[in-house]
Amino acid sequence: MADNGTILVVGGGISGLTVALEAAEVGREVVIVERNPYLGGRVAQLNKYFPKLCPPTCGLEINFQRIKKNKKITYYTMTEVEKISGGPGDFQVSLKEMPRYVNEHCTVCAKCEEACDMDIPNEFNFGMNNRKAIYKPSEMAMPMRYVIDKSVTGTASQQKIQDSCPYGAIDFSMQPRTFNIDVASIVWATGWNPYDASKIDNLGFGKVPNVITNMMMERMASPGGPTGGSIVRPSDGKQVNSIAFVQCAGSRDENHLPYCSYVCCLASMKQTTYIREKNPESKATIFYIDLRSPGRYENFYKKVKDDENVSFVKGKVAKVEPGSDGNVILTVEDTVGGDIISQEFEMVVLATGMEPSTASERVPGGSVGYDENKFLLPGGDIIPAGVAKKPADVMTSGQISTAAALKAIQAAGAK
Amino acid sequence: MEKKIGVYICEGCDIGENLDMAKLQEIATKEYKVPVVKTHRAFCSSDGVDLIKKDIQEDGVNTIVVAACSHRIFYDVFDFGADTITERVNLREQVVWSHPVPKEAESSGESSGGGEEGEAATGVDEDTQMLAEDYIRMGIVKVQKKETPVPYQSEDEFVNNIMVIGGGFTGMTAALEAAETGYPVTIVERQKELGGFAKKIRQQLPMKTPFNTLEEPTIQGLIDKVSNHDNITIKTNIEIARISGAPGQFLVSFKEPGSKTEWDVPPKLEEGEEACGTTDAKDASGDAVEPAADQVNCADILSVDPDAEKFGAVVVAAGWRPYEPSEEEFKHLGLGKFKNVVTNVQFEEMAAKGRIEAKSVAFIQSPGRESDDSDFPYCSSVTSLVSLKQAQYVTRDNPGGKAYVFYQHMRTPGLYENFYKAAQQNDAVFLTKGAVTSVGASGDDDQLLVSVDNTLLGESIKVSVDMVVLATGMVPSTQFEPVINLAYRQGPEFKDLELFSGYCDSNFICFPYETRRTGIYAAGCVRQTMTMAECVEDATGAALKAIQCLESSNRGMAVHPRSGDVSYPEFFFQRCTQCKRCTEECPFGALDDDEKGTPKPNITRCRRCGTCMGACPERIVSFKDYSIDMIGSMVKAIEVPEEDEEKYRVLCLVCENDAYPAIDMAGMKGLKYSADVRFIQVRCLGSVNVVWIADALASGFDGVMLIGCRYGDDYQCHFTKGSELCNRRMDNVGETLQRLALESERVQQIQLSIDEYDKIPEEINKFMEVIDSVGFNPMKGF
Repeated sequence: MADNGTILVVGGGISGLTVALEAAEVGREVVIVERNPYLGGRVAQLNKYFPKLCPPTCGLEINFQRIKKNKKITYYTMTEVEKISGGPGDFQVSLKEMPRYVNEHCTVCAKCEEACDMDIPNEFNFGMNNRKAIYKPSEMAMPMRYVIDKSVTGTASQQKIQDSCPYGAIDFSMQPRTFNIDVASIVWATGWNPYDASKIDNLGFGKVPNVITNMMMERMASPGGPTGGSIVRPSDGKQVNSIAFVQCAGSRDENHLPYCSYVCCLASMKQTTYIREKNPESKATIFYIDLRSPGRYENFYKKVKDDENVSFVKGKVAKVEPGSDGNVILTVEDTVGGDIISQEFEMVVLATGMEPSTASERVPGGSVGYDENKFLLPGGDIIPAGVAKKPADVMTSGQISTAAALKAIQAAGAK
Repeated sequence: MEKKIGVYICEGCDIGENLDMAKLQEIATKEYKVPVVKTHRAFCSSDGVDLIKKDIQEDGVNTIVVAACSHRIFYDVFDFGADTITERVNLREQVVWSHPVPKEAESSGESSGGGEEGEAATGVDEDTQMLAEDYIRMGIVKVQKKETPVPYQSEDEFVNNIMVIGGGFTGMTAALEAAETGYPVTIVERQKELGGFAKKIRQQLPMKTPFNTLEEPTIQGLIDKVSNHDNITIKTNIEIARISGAPGQFLVSFKEPGSKTEWDVPPKLEEGEEACGTTDAKDASGDAVEPAADQVNCADILSVDPDAEKFGAVVVAAGWRPYEPSEEEFKHLGLGKFKNVVTNVQFEEMAAKGRIEAKSVAFIQSPGRESDDSDFPYCSSVTSLVSLKQAQYVTRDNPGGKAYVFYQHMRTPGLYENFYKAAQQNDAVFLTKGAVTSVGASGDDDQLLVSVDNTLLGESIKVSVDMVVLATGMVPSTQFEPVINLAYRQGPEFKDLELFSGYCDSNFICFPYETRRTGIYAAGCVRQTMTMAECVEDATGAALKAIQCLESSNRGMAVHPRSGDVSYPEFFFQRCTQCKRCTEECPFGALDDDEKGTPKPNITRCRRCGTCMGACPERIVSFKDYSIDMIGSMVKAIEVPEEDEEKYRVLCLVCENDAYPAIDMAGMKGLKYSADVRFIQVRCLGSVNVVWIADALASGFDGVMLIGCRYGDDYQCHFTKGSELCNRRMDNVGETLQRLALESERVQQIQLSIDEYDKIPEEINKFMEVIDSVGFNPMKGF
């Protein structure tokens, strides 16, 4: 019986962290469950935020400090919710923690990484480079601790890793662990996945070289990314001086995501500033249906538009094909000029939208409703926050999540 | 508490191999007579921690210095409870991982140069060793000076009720949410009845999935709920004269709307002005003058209204007002010229009253100036959605009626795309992208002719309609008046209004609810234009922040960003010279000075950044665990080499949120930089007192660097103004340098984001080159 009014927050991204901190700073006990080996979620992968062009790690650092100082928050990484039973005020939740194979004695001294001779694709960078089979989840990861990819077990590298650690932090005997907790309310903040661009046939992702997604661009521009922050072509490493952004790649499309993903217009505008700053000779073109930079974001659009090397073309991209020398040819119906434009670029970024994580994995138990796109509906036993509820930017996620913290406190009842 | 210090120097993570551990221990034992000094191969290991715990339990050690890795990791491992003072010295990221250490090949064979002082010293880099020794000294001095903070308690009672300003949809939602959580709420509404704009509309935008159908107004249900709620008090036809006090103890004076009372908040005093309410006001020549009519009888901000009501926190949901175009502004669209050209607000009022008579209506989203595709000022997705809503009124009221929506960008983000799609399926609604160039008379009757360029496929078209509706914007109330009427010395309104186009200030992106007025949280359209569905979320979040603030105030804890911090600034008033700098510089308006200029701290407004401490020329402000003396003593603990040693010493003060983590990252990446630099972490560059810089230079430091976050319009400072204020104080530093006859280049502030760790070696090396060009500080040895 959850007599302490504990709140469970599922998802340790910016929304989950916000829910947890806002509730804990009112004085509530909170448990965060995160599937990744680190907290921070999608924003940990971003290079900068719009419209201030400031690094997400700055806000994450504050939030991590708040967690470190707040004894009311417990968090589990590499952990998933297996089953929920009971109801508001008295939930029983079964959690499954996957083995990290690195225990709390890890000092991040990096000796293991030096010793490890097995490389695996770096998922954090969307496979654009490799990392060692034992790795730090991200540059400023919380918790700051190595993690071992399971694929190394049984290989020759396993022993090398084991032998390299001076602190007894490597433990291949770790097993998945299932345990139960009782909580009074549950907030679901499992966020989103980038829409799978390879499903959009005409946009060439995965088939035409040098077509990347907006999230890949975030990693590429990041100082800790696969290229150390250089914006270069994946095929030949050439510095990119002409780039196109294809808006609504999957969004506002009945065959893919029928809704608007909210962030992609502003994200592309932001990304033009990355390339314009890093490659001063570059030119960028954004192909769009409508530019959605409403309200306080309108100033950001104006700022980007003021750069004469950034063009905006209203038009739907019909085709993406390989051009000469690794270039990419876009065929676009210019809806204002009425022409069919065919233009060659050195690289193309697909502004793919956000699909709620709940589209692929439902909440395992509890009474909960979904909309047609599998966003969670409010009003059920489980309280949705962040992009689990609707497409949202970071600022809006902060709003939704702060509100969710209050709903969770209400649902947990008076202490 | 009698301090018994223990210094624990870790050998792990390359520290033991690269530093002379015996000498490091001697710093503690010989220079500082520390009774307990130990080393261990890894203090973070179980037996390492047990060793420290054993000393605490059996040896009475209560003040601990752990010289190992950064305090940003193993924070939980080295937490020995509230009864001990623990300080971490960073020998790993900021010493051995970021500075020259002997290569393995060298250390096994002949060592380069002299300095062979025993086995452990073999190959130790002299400069890196000196760096580590200085950090040990600074760590010991820091714990000597540090005291355990005791949470602030007030003689006056803290209350836990919330005042909500504004009885519209957002205000009532915030009130209901807080009341449902068990907190008493008072709604304050200027109008005679609750409801706000939501009560004046015919239908409302969809509030629930699938967000495609207009809904009947739900406002009456909300009014009924708040009116009958046991935890909610409603005050209508009332206005706020002033809010004084601080979170947990705000004192609110009410008045009749539009009236003048003694408790109206006086306008902010400009320099040299006398406080109003004083009868002997004088003009510049010293002659007595009559106070201005609107200042008569308005009491000074420190006077206490005996009839004021007490509240713990405030939610501001003062909403918006329709944008009022100037006469000429939209002349080309016929506004003011034709009676059938109206704004969206006027049209909504007509629709709420009855049937829309006009059979064809053009809705214009963008004023359509040359090559400007902007919407009307203060527009947002709401104005796009409202055009689509109002188009439906036309087609529903008039079978055969037509609605034209002319837009540059249809702003229906997120799930509201469904509402747009629903409009697209309405055969009588014509949605056309284009630039409206003019609205003129059509010639026959009262018809209007709308000319549109650059529609799809490049055509220019003209459409004849009965009526034109302009999608004008929603202006936040705070653009027109302070609303909150704070009796604060820094003025009655939110700060940075200009920067945010009149919207309430916000630590935008990560922490949208944080304003620069602690305990006062904005919700709804006063913060950003939002739909009613979005207002529900925003109001609920603001209610939480209000609750959180009063709960924190009650416990003597700071709110964001130093949430939970129980230290607070204390003032040694005997030495105050009433210079007012602390009152003026506090980013949060926490200080109100009296008529003499003596600051009155309002601790629950304080966010613990230490800006007051940095501002004070008399150095009278200190925290129990962060003080002028503490940092000053740490600076003095650094050994400045004699001139003949030919080694530079540079002090580098770094902010704890951005610069310090970036420096850690540089270390983890193995980036190398000069070992002549000594870092000291500060809460914020705003807390840097010039005396630290002056003392450093006077004692022979060759230069001082200050590394903090970026300032300007897109500031990154979590205390909003710290790095900017620090930069402004550089003038004072200039004077100091002049007095010491030193070159101005010796002190520099550097703006650095947390993710720019790769620039740290470059920035430091650049500064060292500058120092090299001006040479050694001639003050050395004085």
